[in-house]
Amino acid sequence: MSDITKQSLTELVENIKNKKLSSTDVTKAFIDRSEKSEELNTYITNDFTSAIDKAKKFDQKPNLDLKLPGIPMAVKDLFCTKNIKTTAGSKILNNFIPTYESTVTENIWNEGAILLGKLNCDEFAMGSSNETSFFGNVQNPINKNLVPGGSSGGSASAVAGQLTPITIGTDTGGSIRQPASFTGIVGLKPTYGSCSRYGIVAFASSLDQAGPMAQNVKDCALLHEVISSYDPKDSTSIDFKRNHFSKELTNNIKGKKIGIPKEYRVDGMPKEIEDLWQKGIHYIKDCGAETIDISLPNTSYALPTYYIVAPAEASSNLARYDGVKYGFRAKGENLIDMYEKTRSEGFGAEVQRRIMIGTYVLSSGYYDAYYLKAQKVRKLIKNDFDNVYKKVDAILTPSTPSSAFKIGEKTNDPVSMYLNDIFTVPVNLAGLPAISIPAGHDSNGYPLGLQIIGKAFDEQNILNIAYAMEEKINFKNKITDWWIK
Amino acid sequence: MSKKNSEYLINRRDNQYEVVIGLEVHAQVLSESKLFSTSSTKFGAEPNTQVSLVDAAFPGMLPVINEYCVKQAIKTGIGLNAKINKRSVFDRKNYFYADLPQGYQISQFKDPIVGEGKVILDMPKGQKEVGIERLHLEQDAGKSIHDLDPQNTFVDLNRSGVALMEIVSKPDLRSPDEVNAYIKKLRSIMRYLGTCDGNMQEGSLRADVNVSVRPKGSKEFGTRCEIKNVNSIKFMQMAIEYEANRQVDLIEEGKTIDQETRLFDTKKNETRSMRSKEDAHDYRYFPDPDLLPLEVSDKFIEELKNDIPELPDDKKKRFIEEFKLSSYEANILVSDIDTAKYFEEVVTKMGKNKDIKLAVNWITGELFAVLNSKGLEISQSPVSAKNFAILINLIKNGTISGKIAKTVFELMIDGDKDPQKIVEEKGLKQQSDPKALEALIDKIINDNREKAIEYKQGKEKLFGFFVGQAMKASGGKANPQLINEILKKKL
Repeated sequence: MSDITKQSLTELVENIKNKKLSSTDVTKAFIDRSEKSEELNTYITNDFTSAIDKAKKFDQKPNLDLKLPGIPMAVKDLFCTKNIKTTAGSKILNNFIPTYESTVTENIWNEGAILLGKLNCDEFAMGSSNETSFFGNVQNPINKNLVPGGSSGGSASAVAGQLTPITIGTDTGGSIRQPASFTGIVGLKPTYGSCSRYGIVAFASSLDQAGPMAQNVKDCALLHEVISSYDPKDSTSIDFKRNHFSKELTNNIKGKKIGIPKEYRVDGMPKEIEDLWQKGIHYIKDCGAETIDISLPNTSYALPTYYIVAPAEASSNLARYDGVKYGFRAKGENLIDMYEKTRSEGFGAEVQRRIMIGTYVLSSGYYDAYYLKAQKVRKLIKNDFDNVYKKVDAILTPSTPSSAFKIGEKTNDPVSMYLNDIFTVPVNLAGLPAISIPAGHDSNGYPLGLQIIGKAFDEQNILNIAYAMEEKINFKNKITDWWIK
Repeated sequence: MSKKNSEYLINRRDNQYEVVIGLEVHAQVLSESKLFSTSSTKFGAEPNTQVSLVDAAFPGMLPVINEYCVKQAIKTGIGLNAKINKRSVFDRKNYFYADLPQGYQISQFKDPIVGEGKVILDMPKGQKEVGIERLHLEQDAGKSIHDLDPQNTFVDLNRSGVALMEIVSKPDLRSPDEVNAYIKKLRSIMRYLGTCDGNMQEGSLRADVNVSVRPKGSKEFGTRCEIKNVNSIKFMQMAIEYEANRQVDLIEEGKTIDQETRLFDTKKNETRSMRSKEDAHDYRYFPDPDLLPLEVSDKFIEELKNDIPELPDDKKKRFIEEFKLSSYEANILVSDIDTAKYFEEVVTKMGKNKDIKLAVNWITGELFAVLNSKGLEISQSPVSAKNFAILINLIKNGTISGKIAKTVFELMIDGDKDPQKIVEEKGLKQQSDPKALEALIDKIINDNREKAIEYKQGKEKLFGFFVGQAMKASGGKANPQLINEILKKKL
């Protein structure tokens, strides 16, 4: 059964549909490997026993018309799952069991998938290394003591380590693409409004977006097809005609115009990233597409803008965790004392830092100078993209300014940690779709990713470009199973 | 304090002070469900039984605007002759409290749904215009209950998320009487529109009262204090009176007034400082990223405009013109929509040969008296408009006298009986047959010959005696007008 977990989603679906594999076979294989992989610390909560039950039930009366027939999968612990503990990686929700299901996971179960468990992540998705989780670091399957990236670090590790064939993460400033890049997998951040935010623990409402993470582009397209839907329960969900992404997937990108933004060539960027980017340009041309040098002049303001907008929204979104209604409550002398103790004991340092930044930038007297100005700059950043999209179909950039770093390497330097998001945050600020695909290795053999940014609602196009490039790149992830004894 | 020329002024030594008042009225939107969730808004349910996951702010829950509440707010705006803003924005007002589950209230700060408008008050000295600054939509908070347990506070979230309209007036009010008229007018308009039931006992209408004072004739405003959350007109008036006098006293003592938020203690009849300006919350307002700006089209507003019923001011004008009522009478009838409805139904049911004046007198007299004594609203009237109209017609066409009508009316109250039937069953029909009455009067004159002579000799007071005797003999049913005529002839 060991090779089952090496199969892609597309292969597994095919094998289940052809009755070569049962859902029980597949589910047991992933559970077996997950159980041997505790050292990766990917799971916060597992639901293995009922997963096997569900798989058996599926096999008794298999509905093979579904898109994910009997496919087991784990999801980021930011998605509320009915009757399954949902923590958002935080102590403050350590005892929280939702009575409801997020729309995105509901869509997944409706297509026949089976929940394996809930995956580790940075606390409230605030982090770039999965080190802010209350439930501990996640190991990168690439190498011991290497961060998997964040905030969807558990998700990235679980896919790269083959503990789940596919997964979903959330991306507020790069939380799908950066860990995908660090672990050698594919991750898509959809257009804002494409996937419902209903039932996802909120970090920054105007930036948060759920998206698929998978071994390859085709799997990613299929999962995106399942999760993207218009949802009247989310007022920011957008009702537009969604493609059959997996069916319409093509590697024919001849004549496409791909922009190369000069502002992404940042100071101090390692040469291997620059080389990777050049390789990407080469592949693009190889596929019959054209590259065009473009300028996104406000790029350098994206990171500071992001670190005002996101904490501002977070400071308000996290106000509900007050110990009154659910979650962790510390004892206090009075209401205020209870609030203070609950929130200082319940939230970790990074979350507290962002709540403080957010509270500060929204305070009267500072609002105009920070929050309002940030919103104006955000508009300029979006205008930059709108302008270049008059002449290009998509944009190619590196996904991250470096490969995965060591656990603990940046924990005491938040700013250097924030710099990890430099290539990913402009996309969230502009509400655009972007995909990270593995494109090479650094000198240590750690994976490096390239990012393809698309026009709003043009996921099909970037999936196609990624699909075409994937074929040329022929990336092989170097997984040694070092953690399995 | 004096009320010279009916102006409300506060006198100290030789100084006269004018009181300046502005109100922030919180009116609960009449709607089956809450502003951003589908929970019921019904009053008086068991605690925490009308709470959705959104109302209790569970993780990942999102607000979805209730279109009906938006329509209600726009209709109210139209009723206040106000500008409807086609684009408005919901903001978060951030603060921590146990009955505020989200940790913020969704409200409208910079861009409210309704802009400037005005209402007209009918005051004894004439009409007064009060400016409306704005109307915005916001969520109500839950309720903290502190008196059920010595150690703990209980929280009821039934009210959490219920839609409120905050209606902010300009500082145009000058006396407790004007405040009374203003609140009643707002309430009346909203009840006509069906956008707020105006029920102050149930908290559907509450107000924050801003009070300042200034020397009479001064153009500048004094420093204001805001009295929070007053829930009856009487308390508003008492609070204003106390607060204005307190401020005048401070000025007279040479002290300054601190801008602050105060509470009205209804037991001690005084206002108390709640928090100073320095301690004021920093609410960190910012646009709610879970909600897109609210945009409404001209067509949407037009359709609502077409849906607006005749409002009190127009109705009053029509009553005066169509029914020849006095301004005073019209005011009484239009101030409450149910009274106006009742009156209009009576008018319709009276048919062609109607006596509107008589109907008005009976509504404002007998009917109001009964409702008052029974503590009923006119919508709960024990006498239907239909039967009321029949009664008025019976008086008008001389079937019964006004006096008998009072007896009939008493009998109608129990079970809304048809007055026609009562008159028939009890034999209360007025005697208007001149021959029968002449015979009856002849007998009385005969029986009281001495008195008849005295009358003829000039003791005119005795006329009343004969009328009384005639009425008595007829069991009160004799047509008094005919009795008069016949007596005059015979004596």
